[in-house]
Order: sequence, then structure tokens, then C-alpha cells
Amino acid sequence: MKSISKLFVSSPHTRTGLTTNQVMRTVCYACIPGIAAQTYFFGWGVIVQALLCIIVALTAEAIILSLREKPVRATLADGSAMLTGLLIALSIPPLAPWWISVIGVSFAIIIVKQLYGGLGFNLFNPAMAGYVVLLISFPVAMTNWLPVQQVMTYDISFLDCVSSIFTGFTLDGYSVTQLRIAVDGITMATPLDHFKTQIDLGLTASEITASPIYGDYGGTGWEWVNLGYLIGGLLLLKQGVIRWHIPFAIIASLFTFSLISYSITPDLSLPPMISLFSGATMFAAFFIATDPISASTTIRGRLIYGAIIGALIFMIREWGGYPDGVAFAVLLTNLAVPLIDYYTKPAVYGHKAKV
Amino acid sequence: MHSELSLIEQVKSGKLWDIPGGIHPPERKSLSNSTKIDIIPLSPFYYVPIKQHIGNEGKLLVKVGEQVLTGQPLTDAIEGLSLPVHAPTSGVIKDITPHVSAHPSGKPEITIVIESDHKDTVFTTKPIKNWQTSEAASLTKHIQSMGVAGLGGAAFPTYVKTNPTKDIKLLIINGVECEPYITADDVLMRYFANEITQGINILQHMVQPELVVIAIEDNKPEAIEAIKLAVKDQDTIEVRVIPTKYPSGGEKQLIEIVTGQEVPSKSIPADIGIVMQNIGTCFAIKEAVIDGKALIHRVVTVTGESISRPQNLWVKLGTPISDLLTHCGLVAEQDQRLIMGGPMMGFNIMDTMMPVVKSTNCILAPSEYNLPSFGVEQACIRCSLCSDACPVNLLPQQMLWYSKAKDHEKLEEYNLADCIECGVCSYVCPSQIPLVQYYRSSKVEIKQEKEDKIKSDKAKERFETRQLRLERDKQARLLKHKESADKRKKALEKDGNAKDKIAAALARAKAKKASTGETAPISADAQTTNTQDKVAAAIARAKAKKQAQADSETTATVSSESQDSEVGSAEAVEAKSAEQIKKDKIAATVARAKAKKLKQAAENKEQGESN
Ligand code: SF4
Ligand code: SF4
Repeated sequence: MKSISKLFVSSPHTRTGLTTNQVMRTVCYACIPGIAAQTYFFGWGVIVQALLCIIVALTAEAIILSLREKPVRATLADGSAMLTGLLIALSIPPLAPWWISVIGVSFAIIIVKQLYGGLGFNLFNPAMAGYVVLLISFPVAMTNWLPVQQVMTYDISFLDCVSSIFTGFTLDGYSVTQLRIAVDGITMATPLDHFKTQIDLGLTASEITASPIYGDYGGTGWEWVNLGYLIGGLLLLKQGVIRWHIPFAIIASLFTFSLISYSITPDLSLPPMISLFSGATMFAAFFIATDPISASTTIRGRLIYGAIIGALIFMIREWGGYPDGVAFAVLLTNLAVPLIDYYTKPAVYGHKAKV
Repeated sequence: MHSELSLIEQVKSGKLWDIPGGIHPPERKSLSNSTKIDIIPLSPFYYVPIKQHIGNEGKLLVKVGEQVLTGQPLTDAIEGLSLPVHAPTSGVIKDITPHVSAHPSGKPEITIVIESDHKDTVFTTKPIKNWQTSEAASLTKHIQSMGVAGLGGAAFPTYVKTNPTKDIKLLIINGVECEPYITADDVLMRYFANEITQGINILQHMVQPELVVIAIEDNKPEAIEAIKLAVKDQDTIEVRVIPTKYPSGGEKQLIEIVTGQEVPSKSIPADIGIVMQNIGTCFAIKEAVIDGKALIHRVVTVTGESISRPQNLWVKLGTPISDLLTHCGLVAEQDQRLIMGGPMMGFNIMDTMMPVVKSTNCILAPSEYNLPSFGVEQACIRCSLCSDACPVNLLPQQMLWYSKAKDHEKLEEYNLADCIECGVCSYVCPSQIPLVQYYRSSKVEIKQEKEDKIKSDKAKERFETRQLRLERDKQARLLKHKESADKRKKALEKDGNAKDKIAAALARAKAKKASTGETAPISADAQTTNTQDKVAAAIARAKAKKQAQADSETTATVSSESQDSEVGSAEAVEAKSAEQIKKDKIAATVARAKAKKLKQAAENKEQGESN
């Protein structure tokens, strides 16, 4: 009967909820509705990119881990590298050339994540940092979004996508630029991009949004993609993987600023609903900004963090040089996190004003 | 004054407050609370550690080979925080030797081994039947001599709490029992509600609170019924049913729930007019006062999925755990875990010869399936689940960071000392980080560091005292020189009848020189010494203050692995008394130093005047 439990373990003796591995995997699964919508509207390229990016992410992480003499298998199993790869894949244009993905993902994993010390130590959101590096270095390739398939002149198959990503041309020999020419012969841009250029040309908002690339309440196709990520995000909320503060604050802040702007200058501003359901809004609100490592950790801090991101997204879209500001908004706010955390420390028990 | 008046009014309104965070782990209490409290047969041997409480062990009263009776005192409380222990049964003292202790470390402690004679002959003691007319002081002494300690988990000597130095408005009886699996207080309330009420009445008589609140979690309807029935005619006792949530039974947490107030950091509840006692302690007080029985048994929950007959038992203190496990039928699975206490705050039993002591409320043998243990620790992903759940509003993820970095200053800034080690943060952490373990070791390190600092401060002080002494010696030498010079001068003046003008002038010049060149430096010196002394004394005072403070902090940080209520106040009170002793000592030293200084100053003055 003596010495049954030999191991010294400190209390508590049990735990609950998802483990970190499960959390990361759940986030990947929650992307599925968004991925499905994205694939439906933008073709198989989305899936090809996702696979490519995940493989690159895992490889890069494995190499660095073995160089740093850290356990490779156990760490890869935490799913964080896979998630970073996936998030980058979903951010870049589906037919972007393969080396774009390789550079972006490698940068994210090697520089932003591992050189900062690995999981849990990175100041910046790796996926967004990788994305921004790509956007700055290869602005053309990174804004080459195809129009939604439904208004495209050519049908492209899965193999066309693979071929296009790796060689630059579809099996029939079309380049991405050729593919971007829509039925009516106009080169297509994303709704946010389009809006910006058209406003600069002197058109009013209502004239612009009459174009077929805008749907009922967002960009055609984009509204469904956003809806997909919204659904995935709500699932994450329900699973307790993320908490409501950050998505709520982002959406509320973006909506408020859009509404103010729209009510002051309705001719020059994107309608608030289009703001929410275009570009990467929902993706950012539920999947990017909620990355716990680079976000604020206190409750009040998370609300502030989200509100700043929402405001920055609005400002960059409205006044910045880039059509969508999600990545910049997140990275800039990442920088403010230590400060936000410091000033939003909750009052510890017994440290309130003396009774 | 206003806030104190409204405290009782507020509490009377029946309003409840919520604590931040908290968790709802599976309760698994129905395993053990469906049967009456059974009595375990006598064991052949009992192992009674002489220290089973917070404070000092008592002085041994017995020798090996001596015959003892049930309830006979084995030790006598000494000065300071101290309690006696008593023989759990009649028999012969086989040995007095270090034996594995009921402590997380299992570190052997002096233990009295009694071989039972299976007669259980009772030692006659005197109850205090007329406690209603007895003075609080004599009751307090009696409760101390009966060895009563807080049975909620921390085993803080009860007599200290029944004898508060502050005015007490509110007495809270803690029947929360928020840890999963444990039902000892639950069944005690179900079957001994009247005895508990008697104990509460004794406490009321001693502490004189305006109001008593008995707090019970809403997952114990039977206990609530029984207690309500028992106190229905007493309008100064209210039963408060609180929502089930862990760790509502923590002393500070329960105070927040019942009163909406916080006990300021590093204070004890009595500082805001509140005293808390555990249900089991009330029962023990009743037995001690009305029945004259020393604390030699308690209710212990023996439970878990690996126990075939989980139940609550009256267990004599000193019973080895192996006897409990045999009695209740342990069917060990592979790598069976055994825990003393609950799953959230209990500790691993590494040796089943460990005895049941005053603070043992539960022996838990869970299955891995129902109480999954921790997997491999992973990196913190800053998900904040921990800080959202912390009942004290700490930021466990930040403290983890600084704990790993051994940044003790930052840990203090993040209020590590206020961590109650409830385990909630580790429980929810997806990265399976044993956060509490990190905090415990950091607390130990910080304590060590402070002790080292005190030591080095003392060394410095010794050095400075020596410097001061050397300086004084030098001063004394100078004085002597001056005296002899003066003598010479006087002698010179006496036989200065030569009346030579030149000689007179010379003498004048000399005298002048003596007064400006010799006397002046001395008085200046004397002044310097004076100021130096003053400065030294001031430094000593400041240091003493700092030291006392550091000391109280150190003690307050002492980690205690025990459950439920009395943790906080135990530490704080201990800290207080330690601080008091320290302060007294320092005051004495300062007084001595002052006297010395005065004497020195007087001497100097005398010397100056004699010039
Ligand atoms: S719960 Fe664990 S992983 Fe999450 S922030 Fe706290 S310590 Fe880090
Ligand atoms: S153990 Fe300490 S830090 Fe963790 S939840 Fe409890 S009080 Fe907070």
C-alpha cells in the first residue's frame, strides 16, 4: 500500500476545456464555411493555396525547430504553424504565383514567429506580418484578385489553378491578367479597390455601387465570403475558443465610423453594410484580430484593441493608399498591445480604495 | 463609520455580490453524501504529529512507554500561536519519532505513535456547562486547551479568532464547501445542525457580533433545510444560500459575496469587522465547551471513483490513511492518484502512512477518466482564459512570464502575494501549464530573497555599529588629550608670576590659540558626533521599520496549500503577531540606542562646559 503516487504534482489535479492543440485545430475547422464560399466564388485556387501554404508553414517550422534544437513533432502538433499558413493562404489572391506564398509564409513563420522565440512570444500577428511584407514587396501580384467566377469569361478548372499558380498560365495558356477581364471586357478589381479608384474618378457612391461587383449588402461574392467567416466566427464563440470582445469591438467601431462618414458625405463614402461585408472585415474580426498571442489580454484591453483596429481599418480604407487596411490595422494595433495591457490591468482584490 | 453601519444593513438586505471569474467544475459530491456519517473501527496504531496547526507546536507532556487515555493532552500549548494535541484513543506510547507528515512535501515531523489498547477509555475533562455566564477569556483559554483549530483546511488556531482585538460586526459561518467531491461539511450540517448552532451561539457569546450569516452553496438543499430549521428561532442568525461556484468558499471570496466588501490586501477580516468560522469548527467548539471533549476526531470524506464505498467517516486524528482506504475499499487503477483535500487545492499523498490531521477534510482517489490529469505543458498562447477566470483579478499569464524570468519585482507589481492558489487558472489553461506550481516556487524564492536581505542588512548594521564605536573611541582619546592640555595650561597660569610682559603676551597668545585652535575643534567634533549619532539613530529607525514591514510581507506570502476559508487570515494574523514581536524588539533596541545617545550627548556637553 505504500507510495502509490510517486509523482509530485502540485494542485490543481485536473483541468478542463480544449487544449492548445485543439484550440488551433478548431480555428482551422471554423474557417471551413469561409473557405467554401471563397472557393465557390474564386475557384479552386483557394484550396491549392491553402495546401501549399500549410505545407510551407510546417516545413519552415520544422526546419527552424530542428535548428533551435526544439522538439519538432510535438511542436508541429500544436497546430499553430498550420493555422498561420492557412490564414495567409486565405488572404492572398487565389492565383498568386507559388513563390509569393512561399515567401510570405516563410517570413511569417521564420522571422515573425520563431525568431521572436516561437509560439507565444511573437509581438506581431505572423499571418498579417507575412501578408504585409508581400503587399509591400509585390503590390501588383498581391492585388490581382480574380473577379468572382460567375462574371468571368473563362471557366477555370482545378488543374488550371494548379498550373496557373506554378507556371503563371492556365492549361489553355491564359495569364492571370487575361483571366481578370470580365464578360463586359473591363478588368475587374475587388469592390474595395474599385470603389477607391472610381471615387477618385469623380463618381458618386450610388453610381459606383450600381456596378455588378456589388451585391445586395456587400461586394458580390465577398458578401458571402464574409458571411462564411461570420458563421465560422460565431461557432468559435460558441465553442469558447474566442471571446466576443474583440470581434464585437471591431465590427462596432468600423460600423460606427462608416455610419458617421456615410451620413456626412453619402456620395463619397462606402455604405456601412458594404464596409462590413467587403474585403476581409469578418475574417479579420473573428480569425485574425482574435489571435490571442498578439492581442490584448485584459477584458477592457480587448475592447480597446478591437475598437482601434476597427477605426484603423476605416481610416486606411477611406484615406489610405491601399484598398483594404485590415493587415496594417492589426499590425499597428499589435504595437500598442503592451501599453493597452499595462493601462487596463484590472483592480486586484483588496487593492481597491480602503474601506 | 458610515460604511460600517451600512455593512450590517447591506448584509441584512440579503443582497449577494458576485466574485470575478470562478469556474464550475463537475461537483461529483453525490458519490459520498448519500449515507450517514459512519464510524471507522479502531486502528492498531495512531500517529499524532505534535504540530497540526499554523503556529508553534506545544511542549511534550508524555514519554515513550506511558499509558494514555482518550482525549488526554499529549502536549501543552506554549507561548505565542500554539495548540496542544490530544490522544485519539487510549493505549501506550510506542514511540516519539519523525514520521511522514500530512504536508505536500511529506517531510517527516515529530509524531507520537500510540498503540491502541482497543478499550478507548476516556480521560475525564471538565466541560463548561454554564458558558452563557462565563467570561470570554476563560472560554478562549478552554478552547485553546482543547486544541480546537479551523477545520476548513488551514487549521488556524481557533482561540485567536474567538478573541478578536477589534470590534466585530459580522460573524460569517462558512458552509460553502465549494471544492468538488468533498461533502464533510455537507453531511455534518445535515445530521448535526443543532450541535453546530450551539457552537455558533458560543461564538456569538464570545465575539459579540451584531449579526451571524451562515453561507451555504445552493447545491446542498438538505443541509440548508436542516440548518434553517435549527436556527429558525434565532433572529440574529441568517442563512444565506449562495450560487454554486468555485472558489466561493475562499475566506476573502465569501466575504465579498456576502458583504460586497473586500478585505484590503495584507489585512485580516477582523480589520473590517468580520470574523469567519468553518462549520466543522463550530461543531468542534460545541464539543469542546459543552461536552468537554478535545479535538480528537473529525469528519473526513473518503471518495473518488476508485473507492468502492465512498462515504463520510468520523475519523480519529492520527489514523493512517491506509486504514481509511482499506475500510472504504480502494480499487487502485494503474498509476492511481491519491489526494489529501480536494482536486483543486489538495496535495498528492506520497505515502499512505500519512496520518489524518486536523486539516484533513478529504481523501480522494479519483479515476483518470473522471479527473483527467495534466498533459505536457505547452507554450502560453496568451488566451487570457486564466485571467478571465481568476477570482482575485490577477493576470496569471503575466505572472507566469515573470515567474519564469524570476523577475520578483514585477511579480510584486502584479500582486503575486494576493494569489490564493485556488488553482482556477491552471484548471482552465489550454496549454496545460501548472501555473500555481510556478507561483508557489516564486513565492518561496521571494521569501528566501527577503530573508537573505534581512541577513545582509543585519551584517551591515553590525558594521555600522562598529564604525560608530571606533569613532567614539577616537572621540574619547581626543578628550583625554584636551584635558591634559588644559591641565598644563592651568599650571602655566599658576606660576605665571614672572610678570614678564613678553611672557604674558606669549601666554595670552597661547591661551587664544588654545581656545580657538584646540577648544573649537573639539566642540565642533562634539557637534559632529551629535549629529552623526542622530543620523545613525534615524537610519536605525528607518531600517527597523523597513525590516518589520518586510517581515510581515514575507510571512504573508508564505504559501499554504490548504483549502477553503481560513487561509488568508491565518497568514495575516501570523504575520501580525510576528510583526508585533519584531516591532517590540526593535523598539527596545531603538530605546537602548537613544539612551546611549543621550548619555553621550550629556557627556559631551559636560566636557564642553568644563572648558
Ligand atoms: S490560460 Fe494558459 S495559455 Fe492561456 S493565457 Fe493563461 S497561461 Fe497562457
Ligand atoms: S491560483 Fe492565483 S492566479 Fe490562479 S486563479 Fe487562483 S488566485 Fe488567480
